[in-house]
Amino acid sequence: MILASVLTTNLAILVLAGFIGFVVISKVPNTLHTPLMSGTNAIHGIVLLGGLLIVGFSGNGTFNKIILVIAIAFGTINVVGGFLVTDRMLEMFKAKPKSGGDGDKGAKS
Amino acid sequence: MSAPPLASSFLQSTSFLDVLYIVAFALFIQGLRGLSGPTTAVRGNRIAGVGMAIAVIATLLNRNEGNWGLIVLGIALGTAVGVPAARQVKMTAMPQMVALFNGVGGGAVFLISWSEFRLTHGYQGVATYITIFSLFAAIVGSVSFWGSNIAFGKLQEIIPGRPISLGSSQQIVNLLLLILAVAAGVDIASGGTHSQGIFIVMLVCAALLGNAVVFPIGGADMPVVISMLNAFTGLSAAATGIALNNPALIVAGMIVGASGSILTNLMAVAMNRSIPAIIAGGFGGTGAVAGAEGAGAHAGTVKSTSAADAAIQLAYANRVVIVPGSGMAVAQAQHAVRELTKELEKRGVEVSYAIHPVAGRMPGHMNVLLAEADVPYDQLKEMEEANQEFGRTDVSLVIGANDVTNPAAKTNPASPIYGMPILEVNDSHSVIVIKRSMNPGFAGIENELYYDPKTAMLFGDAKSAVSEITAELSQL
Repeated sequence: MILASVLTTNLAILVLAGFIGFVVISKVPNTLHTPLMSGTNAIHGIVLLGGLLIVGFSGNGTFNKIILVIAIAFGTINVVGGFLVTDRMLEMFKAKPKSGGDGDKGAKS
Repeated sequence: MSAPPLASSFLQSTSFLDVLYIVAFALFIQGLRGLSGPTTAVRGNRIAGVGMAIAVIATLLNRNEGNWGLIVLGIALGTAVGVPAARQVKMTAMPQMVALFNGVGGGAVFLISWSEFRLTHGYQGVATYITIFSLFAAIVGSVSFWGSNIAFGKLQEIIPGRPISLGSSQQIVNLLLLILAVAAGVDIASGGTHSQGIFIVMLVCAALLGNAVVFPIGGADMPVVISMLNAFTGLSAAATGIALNNPALIVAGMIVGASGSILTNLMAVAMNRSIPAIIAGGFGGTGAVAGAEGAGAHAGTVKSTSAADAAIQLAYANRVVIVPGSGMAVAQAQHAVRELTKELEKRGVEVSYAIHPVAGRMPGHMNVLLAEADVPYDQLKEMEEANQEFGRTDVSLVIGANDVTNPAAKTNPASPIYGMPILEVNDSHSVIVIKRSMNPGFAGIENELYYDPKTAMLFGDAKSAVSEITAELSQL
């Protein structure tokens, strides 16, 4: 019973998240689709949590430890790299929001 | 149905810290909402980053098992690789970077599933649905990992970009690999076996499938593939979330899945290709045979122009639209194009950029390249908007774009690209096309635009041609 309700709750979360995802992502303009992809890359780096949760149970098995360390490293690359590179790109878009007047202020070099 | 035994306790985390996970995914959604415009996007990304920090810290505080050393090691390794890569990557190399990041995400997913399998000795004492989601994550994660790595190799040109396939047997092989992987999964899920050998067979079949799907795909179809693999990794993360009963993972994974699906569909529509046809492969190579035969078969004549004449034409225009394509990106001409724009604006010419959704090698790539060259955001026009404005455009300057400007997509039902949405460049009063030669593009299709009497061709490398025009302009 309990397991079944956990499953249905999680499935409900899954379905609702799917609908919310479609609505939110549909509002992102084509112009920002590359940062969107790298940003969502960073977000799916959340699988890192899986590695963090399980690694405590890896016991003494060396192989278990190795694959979990790799999994955590992979997840961290996703999270850290993804957010940084997205930030870099978005800063470029923000640099000159208008072509007029204040453009010179933001110009570097 | 009895309570799960100890072995699976880590698969069933129940904690009030779930509240923190809810805060985290709320921040992800709020952050992504910020991506609806350039002014709110930077903050949006940072909000999502805060959400991630909360999720990670909550997880670390909530766990009471040991092995902290391994966690520090993993995070240190990941940071050591991720930070310099993100800092140093060139904007032109963004598609392969995204492919690589996407791949490691898929890699993390299947490794986590593998650990779950090993630590429960073949999912013994684990609820069947958890086993199913964990196996699903393993298969999709493995496909995504290998597929993304091959996509990276192709984009980085470590592997040839042209389609590499087994020919007509490709689809059968793919299907067979899929069936084998799923059969192994079913065997494990049904409790038929707890053998790790079967699990590894499943992973290997999925890995081969990932290779088999992406190898036959040509360079031109890369935007679709990258988007699709992005969706796969997202969905596999969501499945891991269900297996671990972790709401933050479920929501984050599913949103990424939705995002990847939307982009995949958008790219496929923009290329006039069905997703199954792309996965079946064999199209989009840089040297399509049909194209070589087709070239030169056209009856019309082509008018050639010089940089000096092009400069005069541009200088006396009121409105110029620049249509950048992959040729511009390959020649790294975006900064030269920006200089040209500045020179034109000095003369009071109104300049904007018309961007086709598949210009570049991933969704939105062209915009990033232009933004890097300091092109203001409001000069970047999406296809629909641009098409309304070509009618009152004096000169359209096409730089290294081909198929996306081909009027045959609207007029010739026999053309392979018929029905593909294009930039209606031929509506403008005159057209200048900068192109290396008359060779047809990715799809190997003749472009009628080049034979239009109002079109002038300027042959040469995009970067030097644009620089020459700028130099001529400054002397006028």
